[in-house]
Amino acid sequence: MSAEIAIEAPAERPTRATRERVGMVEHAVWFDRLAYAVLIVGSVIICLPIIYAIVVASMPDGRESEAVWLIPGTALFDNLATAWNKELLGRQLLNSFIMAVGITAGKILISLLSAFAIVYFRFPFRMGFFWLIFITLMLPVEVRIMPTYEVVANAFLPLNAILGLIGLELALEWSLLDSYTGLILPLIASATATFLYRQFFLTVPEELCEAARIDGAGPITFFRRILMPMSITTTAALSVILFIFGWNQYLWPLLVTTDQDLTTIVIGVARTLPTEDADAQWNLTMATALIATLPPVAVVLILQRWFVRGLIESEK
Amino acid sequence: MHKRAFFRSKSLPYLLLLPQMLVLAVFFFWPAGLAIWQSLYLADPFGFNSIFVGLENFQMLFDSPEYWASVRVTFIFSALTTALAMGIGLLLAVFADRAMRGVLIFKSAAIWPYAVAPAVAGALWIFLFHPVFGSVAGFLKAIGVPWNPLLNGNHAMTLVVIAGAWKQISYNFVFFLAGLQAIPKSLIEAAAIDGAGPARRLWRVILPLMSPTIFFLIVVNTVYAFFDTFGIIHAVTGGGPAGATNILVFKVYTDGFENQDIGSSAAQSVVLMAIVIALTVFQFRYVERRVSYA
Repeated sequence: MSAEIAIEAPAERPTRATRERVGMVEHAVWFDRLAYAVLIVGSVIICLPIIYAIVVASMPDGRESEAVWLIPGTALFDNLATAWNKELLGRQLLNSFIMAVGITAGKILISLLSAFAIVYFRFPFRMGFFWLIFITLMLPVEVRIMPTYEVVANAFLPLNAILGLIGLELALEWSLLDSYTGLILPLIASATATFLYRQFFLTVPEELCEAARIDGAGPITFFRRILMPMSITTTAALSVILFIFGWNQYLWPLLVTTDQDLTTIVIGVARTLPTEDADAQWNLTMATALIATLPPVAVVLILQRWFVRGLIESEK
Repeated sequence: MHKRAFFRSKSLPYLLLLPQMLVLAVFFFWPAGLAIWQSLYLADPFGFNSIFVGLENFQMLFDSPEYWASVRVTFIFSALTTALAMGIGLLLAVFADRAMRGVLIFKSAAIWPYAVAPAVAGALWIFLFHPVFGSVAGFLKAIGVPWNPLLNGNHAMTLVVIAGAWKQISYNFVFFLAGLQAIPKSLIEAAAIDGAGPARRLWRVILPLMSPTIFFLIVVNTVYAFFDTFGIIHAVTGGGPAGATNILVFKVYTDGFENQDIGSSAAQSVVLMAIVIALTVFQFRYVERRVSYA
């Protein structure tokens, strides 16, 4: 992180100080020019889809093909308004927001608790639990999509089966389809956050826990008063990553929500993609895509420092 | 592994583990177990009966040319996506590490696509490459390429690879930049004094030092291309034309939910789980070790 600060700091032309920082490495002018040329061309290419989306979204109906020349039209705000009213985008944004925040908060909460148990207690089967959590590390919900759907259609399925084993034939039903719970819970069933907290807790000085115990603090007090405040930077960095992860979900909401009132904005964008060229309203599709993309992009750009940190830490 | 100072309690640790264990049991272990169970049974289309068939679902899967076509498509797709995303990410990171001015702008430009949902990324790119409206498609036609991703399999593959790689550039860029900034400047200076130019320093000093990052990114990018690109495929090509972009995770979905072939879909899930577990083990046994002793 300190290296990053060092590189952002010099806002002016390379001065004597910055040359000293570069030290013995030659500073060829042609190489600097090449560097900027590559960066500028690269940035433009990376931004091309969003530039084009803005241009298309600004075209009046039926004139989208003129966007080829990348000159914006005049109807951007009209199209945004039309798109907003046409498809209940306010509701869809709210749904995406609830799902993203639910996944973020849920995963952080259960992970904090279980990492605390694994690091700060010794108890039978501790390593067993650790390995149970470990194997969920890299398996995304897409891999086990069919059976997860079945379980969400009736969350008592496992309980019924267990009761069946002891001779109780109950057909309990609890469908989570078309509910926020069904959208959120299966997506917090993985271990990445637990590992991040575990790693962080292992770096917390032993003396803190010893001191807390000498002062008579129990585990819950220690957790709430010392460990949680200390984890705040890790939590912030993780929140950015999990929010983006939650906001951008596609396959899972596609399956578990059929109710219009629970459609997320990403699904909303995909639904406006025309299947036939004839009735294409590309300007409205692109306006919807812009609305869907703005919140997560704003989060990543505004909280860039946390985002980078979260990305690097959570994948270690 | 654990703390010297710790708390004693008979029930509290289990209570703390309970929420995560409950969620994992119901939404991870049960479905994973169900996938294995279903992969060994053959269910009738109405779901009334299922017969134990052993490994027959796997046998049928491995005998099916469509499955191998999908395997082939998946490997081509992930290799191209990984190579493109890592190549561009590295290129931009090397130059951003070098640049003095406007670094924040370049970094922001390289980072923001991470926040775009795969399905939305697909929507943005399909329009640029749309045979009727797209400006890139128009350009390609002007230079004589009969571009049509809706009919031509290779064109469709190119389109999803570009959309998939574009989204993942950010990730690679962040890791490469962090890796570059962690390299001691004295090593680079030593190489410079010995007369190595920028290209030689990159190839002989910087890349070998970053090999743990590179291996790690290969694993992560592969997992990304295998699973997270579902939205792109679903929104852009629907697996077509004629199965040209029908990657494995998309096939699991279509076989399970559209063709209602539960046994085959479950068998495919089991194979995918085995692949991911193998990648995870590889990652932790070989890549992590390289990190700690590099």
